Amino acid sequence: MARIGVFICWCGENIARTVDVDRVTQAAAEMPGVRCAVNYKYVCSDPGQAMIRDRINADKLQGLVVASCSPHMHLKTFRAAAKAAGLNPYLVEMANIREHCSWVHHNREEATAKAIDLIRMTVGKVLRNKALDPIKVPLTKRALVIGAGVAGIQAALDIADAGCEVVLVEREPSVGGKMAGLSETFPTLDCSQCILTPRMVEVGQHPNITLHSYSEIESVEGYVGNFKVTVRKKARYVDIDKCTGCGDCWNKCPSKRKMSEFDYGLAPRKAIYMPFPQAVPARPVIDREACLHFIRNACGTCKKKCQAGAINFEDEDKLVTEEVGAVIVATGYQLYDITKDQKNAKYSGYGEYGYGQYKDVIHSLQFERLVSASGPTGGEIKRPSDGATPKNVVFISCVGSRDCAKGISYCSKICCMYTAKHTMLYKHKVHDGTAHVFYMDIRAGGKNYEEFVRRAIEQDGAQYHRGRVSKITEENGKLIVRGADTLAGVPVTIEADMVVLAAAMRPSDGVLELAQKLKIGYDEFGFLSESHPKLRPVETNTAGVYICGACQAPKDIPEAVAQASAAAGKVLVMFGKGELTREPEIAQVDEQMCAACYACVRTCPYSAIDKAEIRDRKGNLIKYTARVNPGLCMGCGTCVAVCPSKSVDLEGFSEQQIYEMVKNLI
Amino acid sequence: MMQFGYYPGCALHGSSNDYEKSVQACLKLLGVKLQEVDDWICCGATAAHSLNHLLSLALPARNLGIAERDGLENVLAPCPMCSMELLKARHAIQEDGALRKQISDIVELKVEGTTDVINLIQLFQKVGIESIKEAVKRPLEHISAACYYGCLLTRPPKTVQFDDCEQPHSMEDILDALGAKTVRWNYATECCGAGMTMANERAVLDLSNKILGNAAAHGANCIVVACPMCHVNLDMKQLDIGRAYGSEHNLMVYYLSDLVGLALGLSEKDLGIDKHFIVTEPKPVPQPAGVEE
Amino acid sequence: MEHKSPGAGLFAETDVQNCYQCGKCTAGCPMAGQMDTMPNQVVRLVQIGELERAMHCLAIWHCVSCQTCTARCPQSVDCAGIMDVVRQMAAEKRIVPPELRRVYLFQKAFLDNVRKNGRLNEVELIGQFKTAAFMKDFNIPLLLKDTLLAPKLMQRGKFHLVGKKVKDRGVVRRIFDRCTKHDAAQVQTAGKEA
Repeated sequence: MARIGVFICWCGENIARTVDVDRVTQAAAEMPGVRCAVNYKYVCSDPGQAMIRDRINADKLQGLVVASCSPHMHLKTFRAAAKAAGLNPYLVEMANIREHCSWVHHNREEATAKAIDLIRMTVGKVLRNKALDPIKVPLTKRALVIGAGVAGIQAALDIADAGCEVVLVEREPSVGGKMAGLSETFPTLDCSQCILTPRMVEVGQHPNITLHSYSEIESVEGYVGNFKVTVRKKARYVDIDKCTGCGDCWNKCPSKRKMSEFDYGLAPRKAIYMPFPQAVPARPVIDREACLHFIRNACGTCKKKCQAGAINFEDEDKLVTEEVGAVIVATGYQLYDITKDQKNAKYSGYGEYGYGQYKDVIHSLQFERLVSASGPTGGEIKRPSDGATPKNVVFISCVGSRDCAKGISYCSKICCMYTAKHTMLYKHKVHDGTAHVFYMDIRAGGKNYEEFVRRAIEQDGAQYHRGRVSKITEENGKLIVRGADTLAGVPVTIEADMVVLAAAMRPSDGVLELAQKLKIGYDEFGFLSESHPKLRPVETNTAGVYICGACQAPKDIPEAVAQASAAAGKVLVMFGKGELTREPEIAQVDEQMCAACYACVRTCPYSAIDKAEIRDRKGNLIKYTARVNPGLCMGCGTCVAVCPSKSVDLEGFSEQQIYEMVKNLI
Repeated sequence: MMQFGYYPGCALHGSSNDYEKSVQACLKLLGVKLQEVDDWICCGATAAHSLNHLLSLALPARNLGIAERDGLENVLAPCPMCSMELLKARHAIQEDGALRKQISDIVELKVEGTTDVINLIQLFQKVGIESIKEAVKRPLEHISAACYYGCLLTRPPKTVQFDDCEQPHSMEDILDALGAKTVRWNYATECCGAGMTMANERAVLDLSNKILGNAAAHGANCIVVACPMCHVNLDMKQLDIGRAYGSEHNLMVYYLSDLVGLALGLSEKDLGIDKHFIVTEPKPVPQPAGVEE
Repeated sequence: MEHKSPGAGLFAETDVQNCYQCGKCTAGCPMAGQMDTMPNQVVRLVQIGELERAMHCLAIWHCVSCQTCTARCPQSVDCAGIMDVVRQMAAEKRIVPPELRRVYLFQKAFLDNVRKNGRLNEVELIGQFKTAAFMKDFNIPLLLKDTLLAPKLMQRGKFHLVGKKVKDRGVVRRIFDRCTKHDAAQVQTAGKEA
């Protein structure tokens, strides 16, 4: 084809001040294949676009080069203009003479010469452009939500209420996440379970939500719009359809070997147990490692007592396949393990704080359980060692967080707020007690947060000391806390009855393996990576997979809920389209030439190339070949680079095009 | 027959010569041969790093240079001040080529920092705790010890890279093998006042008083140390501490090698224990008060 | 974790700008209760370039170099090292507070003794130290204190008037001299940058 139109933009002063646009226009007009070359002040404006459309029609242009800003800015704009004039949008290219030229060079002569070169290269490329059509990808309008804490629950409800089906997978026996175990939430001091449990029930009963509790993601195949996910439903040894949740089994279970995970080890639980009374589903689960039947083939009391015949010791894990179009990851967090011995060599614990050594040194989630009305002490604040009411409680902030020497540099965001909350909850229950807080800074930036912290100090008498704690030892039943007050410039030693450590939020265990199954990225701490920290906080770089909640970064409940709705919104945007379209600038294998060495299959970072067979009508095998999956390919070009027989090339950026551009340059 | 280089340091040839006697008697029995670093000089101790940084590297480096020249791959330094300063110099020299050259010029010897420096506890570990256990003739059943590490055995962690600076246990492991009991107490790594004995006596009396008190409060009938400075502050100054605070601690302060030697069958005289300032029989501690594993 | 900003340099071979003044050093310091200035405040003075003030703190002479601060610092700042360097600078400039002069005199007597003998002669050191201290404050009790210790040490064979000597004492003197010349130059430069 040889009817290229070149449009050179002044971009006001941005380009024209440095690049001599008239000279560039003259030069472009003389390039081989160029039918017309014009310049204009703002090509992206409405009149500018109109000019493009008019020129396409008037000069019967077969291709466009717009020499202006970065394609990130306006490629879509110009392609849309071309399409409106009846020209295939993929016959439009841009030469970046702003970010790559006028904005980085000062010398007018040199910048002008460079702009001409850039346009010449791009013209050479466009001469070899092919008309392409967007790729249509089928779309399954079902969503998978992984994790049923407050974020997962919110996302699932939003999508389900919009009329789409949701598969909700939760690893624990019950939904609710960490929020189900909290006592009261800041800044309103709402009862956590009271505001969460209605949502939990809704999620358990919603006609559009399929809940797989006590289940994990086994494997993920496919691509955006067409995921095939295998879910492992772990054996409960209890048939949840037959079970009525009456409690005869766990009331009679003799085993008390294990400590309750829900109470973070503060109280024992049975071998057959429901994690907490408001669990959804309200059905128990048997822990094989604590159950006498599994350990030595004894007992069996629960089975005998169960009138619904719901106990099934022969239960096995089941694998279920779900087909979904989008995935939302909401796997939440765990607390930094503050004991001295760490599983991960990158982190070192706090030997100096005696957690794990002294019973009355606990972490913040354990304190939540102590304060919680449904907790192991019925909401009375009793210290673990002897059940006495502590009169002096020390709260230590930044345990694990903001501590590079221990491996975690980030701020855990919520601890300042919940520590203030803890001092208030403590004071509300122990009127003659004193709460001390050792802090470095107070981060209370949310709505009503600053006032909340001031309330803790001004109304509820919390004693704040600005300084870290160096060491905690135990003498005669008292915990000697050696801290500092840097504002006063003195060391401060407190004899405490109990110490609460505000440990850092970290991503849940197993999230790295899950991320690898979903092919999404994570940072050095294991937090899942968003696509863009400012503008795309709930998307990932993998199409169709979204993230929300604490798995992305430490955050509080309002933020988690907001992100969950945002992720649901993104999913619904995708579902609202009916079908998915993808850019066609992807790799294409010449299946005749392909030697089926599969180097591309091995190197593709998106696993977008499959091994395929070409057969004749009778079904006989003719040859093997590699085949690009148009739904997954991101057009990165890695396969083109590794293919030894040059059988694969990129549409819209072929090797011939690149060669042409280089030739035009030299 | 194991062989190690040996850097006694000024204390062991000075008023802590009972420590040297103890170490030598003990190691002889365990079949360890010590070769003293030829014409060694003072490591600089607190004074050097307090007043002159380069000197604090040069003085120990000279000793490292001698050890390298004489082919000593491992050097035992029973005083943790010495071992820490030697290790600090070693690391600095290994990491910085320009410093390596500068120091080598200053000390008139080529120093590469290849010599490894170990403390007394590490030496016993190299002999093998199991071997020591098998050689025990008299299990120390009457001993209920507070193992006192002081500052420089485990700190600074990046320099000495030994045991754990918050909850160390290397001495307890050895005492277990000797059949002795150890207590869990709270001053295992708190400073005794170090080299301030002369210059700031009050500080030493105060800090060491707390250590002695806490050991007894947690059911110990003696203290075990592996540092001559700690020994001076806890043993030689014990009566002064008692006078200053009205506290009669009467606690025996053993060197680690004392207890190993006693368990292996040596007499108190062989080990120089009779040269301590506080010489007493550790009273049996009534079970189960305060004695924990 | 690298935090070096273009303007920041090393002080005492540590990134002193990394200190975020959390106070953990102060909290764990065994001598903090007696110091005029807290360890974290001494570091702060260095951070903001107030080296003169830092050198005048009593804290640096109270410090026993127990290394607890350095071991526990969340930002891996060598606080004990900073104390050392500030002390070295103060000693070089003869900024020694009368209340803790004895600490300086002791360390100085120690080094003089090692320079002369190659190894420490304890008896000689005590004599030199007590004399030097007496010449400053004419405190007789301090002079005579510990004299009763001498016979006790002798009894136990711990009293050595003349210890085993270093053969090559010349090299020791030369090492000292090279280090003292060098350090004086360094302190001058550091003082200029302050």
